[in-house]
Amino acid sequence: MNVAPSISPALDTAKPLSIAVMAMGGQGGGVLVDWIVALCESQGWAAQSTSVPGVAQRTGATVYFIEVLPLPPGAPKGLRPILSLLPVPGEVDIVIGAELMEAGRAMQRGFVTPDRTTLIASSHRHYAVAEKQSPGDGIGEAENVFAAAAAASKRFIAFDMAELAEKAGSVVSAVLFGAVAASKTLPFERAAFEATIRAAGVGVEPSLRAFAFGYDGALAEASHGPAHTAFKAPIAKRYPALAPVGNAAYDALVARAQKEFPHPAHDMIGAGLQRVVDYQDVAYGKEYLDLLAGILALDKANDGEARGYVLTRTAAKYIATAMAYDDVFRVADLKTRGSRFERVRKEIAAAPDQLVYTTEYMHPRMEEVCGALPAGLGRFIESRPGLFKALDKVVNRGRRVQTGTIRWFLPLYFLGGMRRFRRGTLRHRNEVAHRDAWLAKVKAAAPKNYDFAVELLQVRRLVKGYSDTHARGTSKFDKVMLGAAKVEGRPDAAEWVRRLREAALKDEDGIALSGALKTIDSFV
Amino acid sequence: MAERSFAKEVRDLELGAGEEFRGEGILALTKALLQSGVGYVGGYQGAPISHLMDVLNDAQDTLNKLGVQFSNSASEAAAAASLAASVMYPIRGAVTFKAPVGVNVASDALANLTSGGVTGGALIIIGEDYGEGSSIMQERSHSFAMKSQIWLLDPRPNLESIVKSVEDGFELSEVSNTPVMLEVRIRACHVHGSFIAKDNKPPAFTLQQALQAPVRDTSRIVLPPASYLHEKEKIEQRWPNAVKFIKERKLNEFFDGDLTDLGIIVQGGMYNGVQRALERLGLADVWGKTRVPIYCMNVVYPVVDDEVADFCATKKAVLIVEEGQPEHIEQSIATILRRRDINTKIYGKGVLPMAGEYTADVMLKGVRDFLLGAAPGVLSDQVRAPNQPTISDDPRIKALAGTVPPRPPGFCTGCPERPIFAAMKLVEQELGPHHIAGDIGCHLFACLPPFNLGATTMGYGLGPASNAAFNVKTDKKSIAMIGDGGFWHNGLTTSIGNAVYNKHDSVIVVVDNFYSSATGGQDILSSRADNPERSTQNPITKAVEGVGVKWVRQIDRTYDVGKMRDTLKEALTTDTPGPKVIVASSECMLNKQRRVKPQFNKAVKGGVRMVRERFGVDEDVCTGDHACIRLSGCPSLSVKRTDDPLKDDPVAAIDNTCVGCGNCGEVSEAAVLCPSFYRADIVYNPTGWDRFVAKLRSGVIGFLQRRRARNRIAFA
Repeated sequence: MNVAPSISPALDTAKPLSIAVMAMGGQGGGVLVDWIVALCESQGWAAQSTSVPGVAQRTGATVYFIEVLPLPPGAPKGLRPILSLLPVPGEVDIVIGAELMEAGRAMQRGFVTPDRTTLIASSHRHYAVAEKQSPGDGIGEAENVFAAAAAASKRFIAFDMAELAEKAGSVVSAVLFGAVAASKTLPFERAAFEATIRAAGVGVEPSLRAFAFGYDGALAEASHGPAHTAFKAPIAKRYPALAPVGNAAYDALVARAQKEFPHPAHDMIGAGLQRVVDYQDVAYGKEYLDLLAGILALDKANDGEARGYVLTRTAAKYIATAMAYDDVFRVADLKTRGSRFERVRKEIAAAPDQLVYTTEYMHPRMEEVCGALPAGLGRFIESRPGLFKALDKVVNRGRRVQTGTIRWFLPLYFLGGMRRFRRGTLRHRNEVAHRDAWLAKVKAAAPKNYDFAVELLQVRRLVKGYSDTHARGTSKFDKVMLGAAKVEGRPDAAEWVRRLREAALKDEDGIALSGALKTIDSFV
Repeated sequence: MAERSFAKEVRDLELGAGEEFRGEGILALTKALLQSGVGYVGGYQGAPISHLMDVLNDAQDTLNKLGVQFSNSASEAAAAASLAASVMYPIRGAVTFKAPVGVNVASDALANLTSGGVTGGALIIIGEDYGEGSSIMQERSHSFAMKSQIWLLDPRPNLESIVKSVEDGFELSEVSNTPVMLEVRIRACHVHGSFIAKDNKPPAFTLQQALQAPVRDTSRIVLPPASYLHEKEKIEQRWPNAVKFIKERKLNEFFDGDLTDLGIIVQGGMYNGVQRALERLGLADVWGKTRVPIYCMNVVYPVVDDEVADFCATKKAVLIVEEGQPEHIEQSIATILRRRDINTKIYGKGVLPMAGEYTADVMLKGVRDFLLGAAPGVLSDQVRAPNQPTISDDPRIKALAGTVPPRPPGFCTGCPERPIFAAMKLVEQELGPHHIAGDIGCHLFACLPPFNLGATTMGYGLGPASNAAFNVKTDKKSIAMIGDGGFWHNGLTTSIGNAVYNKHDSVIVVVDNFYSSATGGQDILSSRADNPERSTQNPITKAVEGVGVKWVRQIDRTYDVGKMRDTLKEALTTDTPGPKVIVASSECMLNKQRRVKPQFNKAVKGGVRMVRERFGVDEDVCTGDHACIRLSGCPSLSVKRTDDPLKDDPVAAIDNTCVGCGNCGEVSEAAVLCPSFYRADIVYNPTGWDRFVAKLRSGVIGFLQRRRARNRIAFA
């Protein structure tokens, strides 16, 4: 019979310190684990780490697990702890989330418990395919992770470590290592942590910078007092002021809007007015306010004041969107602006001494060309399939436009300038007709069911983009409007339109939408 | 060039007697082989032992110095067959591969090897890919060991035990003339720990000696009547010899405890889990002391009847901890006890689940239920009736179910396989859905969102073969995927040759990314890199033509989505009989970046003019439909919520990890998406001419921009 080497006749009560690292493949979680192991070993502790690389190294979620404990003074030779290869739910001391949702996953798996777990996470988001692919907004709510962390953890330290890592020219692991050091969950001095990074010998300077950012960041979080980092919304809608800009014609519109429209709609009108004027001209802004005035009259007549003028505010948003539809002139205009050249440099983080040239990927089809022609000519071509097809053969191919060269800039610039002829184009006629039909339905509905009318306005959200995307969006829009017509008159009509709209945003092929429409057909 | 370099770590392989080795399980395994005087090593990469192959590759110098021959085997079958060198000669050999798939592939060679038996120690190190993170079907290699009579070692998951097992394994193999499998689970392969090293030993008998003085003996060849005798030999000689050795050398371990009428019988690999469960129940400590006696089977096959009987004889009840199914050990122990009329109650499957990984909580529950049934008095009241609600019941934790997204593995940033599937999706939009057979490799990720392409996967290199039945006349051909790794593993014959011979009117896409990428970027026959140790640069198209394919297309840049789409369409619509093979080639981006990035940075530092490409999205042009993402899934192409009050949905955004592969632009062009993508060419260290031209351009462009800005109101 073997007898395990022992330090006392009774069972020893020493427990290892458990650390789980939740990361995505490619984030450098392994480096962090190696540092922690090396650090503990350098301090005379026993350390064991495990991981499951496998296919998880390809951007999938993965868990690294570490157990460490000090060897007792005077330990018999050969004394080695028996450590777990798997995280034990309820018995993890430190959970490190290299991304916010991975911290959430740790809580789902029961690794984070209020009696002992310090949860250290980078609050940045790296969206999963499931979140990104939705035609609507499929992003998981970060707030829920913060709420869960407040419930599940003993301490929760979170801040955007990816940003700091980038600033330091390093990776998120180094920032996390700094945060672990500052959390004092491992009883070692800061110098020991830094010595570990130096000893590892790879990318030492940037790693140390990132480490320091992480250390300071965690201290700053701790100085806020409570043991749990609170959720701060990362982005809010920014409404431009409904205010004069020094252009007499535009300022007159602003004055009119301020006088004519109720205050609750001002922020949205500010945004809408700027959009349509930027899109076309000041006269287009007047058109916008005229359309909106029609809605406002209806709103007032139907107790809009008590409802906070939701109808008008919603119309301010979607009429602007409908008026500023996407066409070739718009794209050409946006792509050739000076402000855009500046923004690109910023977005790609170009240094001042570097040159930047952009190439645009454009693929006009005959449909877009016809739309940009004077209405008569456009219709003439459209009604002759043979001609249309022949011309499409010439037009319909991908074009790579190098906007930074004079040869390519000029035609694009010229195209952007053509917007002044937009009102006469076939596309504009079609858009106006489509818009008017939609608004007519809204207006007809408002006196009967205010909420239903508001929902009809919001269906506009489905119309997006150019070419194929635009066609797909418009067909969904049409389907939802048809469905809406079927439920019109029911007390829950508004609720049904909302459901249809949400279904339409769920998947590309409109499977959820077809399902919802079938449900409607089953009871109407 | 493999993804992970062990160039630094392999220096530890030179450690001498008495020095402490610290590192990962796979590295310790390699060291153990060298300490055992191994003469040759082979293997096929695959998780979890891929890195073992990488370590061996990087350890070439050490191996050469000792005179150890190392092959990158073409497949697990090739690796297993190489153990034939130990049949007639007293040379120790070891091979390694992933299990149980590797064992399946190697089965023919393994069965033949085992029938005739071995003279030199033959060790098969299998990385048992089971449980969390496993990429394969959940099965046990144990069954295979039993049916062929290969001894199976399952050491405790610490480096000391693993290293000892390698040394014991060779001896066991030699005394019983039987190959020995050494099973290491996925976490044990990557466990970091330490052991005290011994000196490396050069092989006692060399391959050169064998070739100089060849030996043969027909009684070792699997040919009747010898093969009938082999079976008898296995039972009458090899098995008893093995059992005797295992007993005498105490390969299995007993851990004493004061609760002598209880016991736990455990596979070595599960030992740490059992010990932790006992510790949580207050019956053990972290240093290995336990109150419940433990019989730890470091050899799980054959079972040593006497040891089991002795352990159980004095006990009221024992728990058998055996992960996976069928429960071979439990069945065997039940037979042993019944035959000897020992009435110890057996707990096993029942308190522990028949299927699934024995995670910490599963183990805790199993051990607790065993004790509750067998000896409730040893548990504290609190353990007996835990009534604290767990944190998982908190509604805030439950709410995470709708928030935390699944995150399965997917294509890396800039992966050249992405545009192949984007093109395939575009073809499907035009021609309707097709039956698509997947294969093993990164390209199998296409069966997940956003591509959702691929219906089955039957095994490595078997994609096209798995479409063989669909060899019927119809206007929709079947499509099969196969990677370059699978192609060279066995696909050339099993899939391509098979389709040619049977005149299969189908489409086969060979995804050629220059490496065996899913396993970490090892070189293969068609790799484009110069590899001094191996023969590379053997084109796939030549091999395909060589076995008789008439319709072959080579695409040298998979990122050309339009060309990819048109080629696929042509393949699906052509009247040419037989298989249509498209070889879609572009370098694995992980490997490419590892190769190119340092060169680029060095050039930039040296003041050389360099151009870096990356993609971006014009936020005000993007309307947030995300069609581009549904044709990509690239990690660097993401979304962001916008502060624009007129936009409801997040817009597309590309982050700084973009490698400028071009997929975004090509896809938006081919699929006629919105023109919000742009490619930015960033010129580092521009020349004087560059600056002159740029000045000229910005002069003209700036003038026009200012002119327009003066005559309008713009807010964007």
